[in-house]
Amino acid sequence: MEKTDYRKELKVSAIENGSVIDHIPVHSVYHVLRILNLTEYNDQLLIGNHLESRKMGRKGIIKVSNKFFKSDEINKIALVAPTATLIVIKNFEVTQKKQVEIPARVEKIVKCFNPNCITNHEEVSTFFDVINKEDLKLRCHYCEKITAKDNMTFK
Amino acid sequence: MKNKSLVSISDFTREEHIRILDLAGDFERRPRQKILEDYVVATLFFEPSTRTRLSFESAATRLGARVIGFSEPGSSSVQKGESLRDTIRTVSNYADIIVMRHPREGSARFASEVSRVPVINAGDGSNQHPTQTLLDLYSIRKTQGTLNNLNIAFVGDLKYGRTVHSLTMALCNYNTTFHLVSPAELKLPSSVKVHIKERQLAYHQYTELQDVISKVDILYMTRIQKERFQDPMEYEKVKNSYILRNSMLEEGKPNLRILHPLPRVNEITYDVDDNPKAYYFTQALNGVFVRQALLAAILGVVE
Repeated sequence: MEKTDYRKELKVSAIENGSVIDHIPVHSVYHVLRILNLTEYNDQLLIGNHLESRKMGRKGIIKVSNKFFKSDEINKIALVAPTATLIVIKNFEVTQKKQVEIPARVEKIVKCFNPNCITNHEEVSTFFDVINKEDLKLRCHYCEKITAKDNMTFK
Repeated sequence: MKNKSLVSISDFTREEHIRILDLAGDFERRPRQKILEDYVVATLFFEPSTRTRLSFESAATRLGARVIGFSEPGSSSVQKGESLRDTIRTVSNYADIIVMRHPREGSARFASEVSRVPVINAGDGSNQHPTQTLLDLYSIRKTQGTLNNLNIAFVGDLKYGRTVHSLTMALCNYNTTFHLVSPAELKLPSSVKVHIKERQLAYHQYTELQDVISKVDILYMTRIQKERFQDPMEYEKVKNSYILRNSMLEEGKPNLRILHPLPRVNEITYDVDDNPKAYYFTQALNGVFVRQALLAAILGVVE
């Protein structure tokens, strides 16, 4: 994408250096903020939601100044925002663009759906192996039961 | 296996399973060996299970170990609201190994992560009960002379029975042909069948118990619980179809043996007990030898 196009579309101000998380489903913006611990972020943070998108109809976008995410950090959001793209900005220029990917393991952010799982009764972080990425299925490291997309809730 | 927790049957490799069965054979020949005299075994039963607890305590005592613990949470600090984390951390200061039964799934894995000493899972809710699986493997090998290439039938509640699930997974290592007998509501779940399919093993499904008796080497019976049915009428319809009677065994192969994790309710009639094909009480005894083997191997007093 050319520089001019990128600026022309802006509904949320540009940032000089940092990360743009684009194409977030509208209902997931706040999840994404929480998963990435951005609710406590101490630098410029721009949030847009229900913005027009050619690809998605409506979308959310988050711009974080002076923050550069590692792959396994940003990939955590793939569970709630599989369509999201990460754009790295340096000196107002796009230097990198990539799609988020569902990770092999998921820690902390998902609740085990099994009401009798120990993670729902003791203070213990959840931990899942992703056993199916297409038809999202997570196997709990503790109770070994499978949490699927339909019964997935986030902590 | 030294210092290794046993939470799930898949925590140990096939070779380790075989090693445990071989060691259990040694303990069957010489059950009283005071090789754990300096050791303390904790048995923490957060829900009552008399059979499993006594079997472990018998195993530990026959090896000379001292046993500490509780048989129900009412007689422990759990009643005062202590977390599982704190109970395990505390007890792991007092004992060399912890055997635990807990009503919540995943509790044993969690305990193994906070404990300073190895943990043996004696049942965590509906999840895993690996020592039962090992004693089942021991009983199958002992009665058939091998674990390989056998025809094994599972009968009854194949949907909820954790015993059936773990044993099925373990038997997938031995080219087993599975015969699955259950009412339609209680068929083996696809999450377990996937293991059979992965190994490209044969399995056959039936609704009539009589249809498998002449075909199999092992008939593994389980109890069908009324509360598993959404419609009580369905239970009434099937409840008598999965009862094994002595007369039904005439066409069984000479090497056929009947296993059951016990307790039984009515799914095997008493007239079967005197049939030489009945093996379920010996199976329970084998549990002591297998648990002796596990305690000795995990504490590292045998190689």
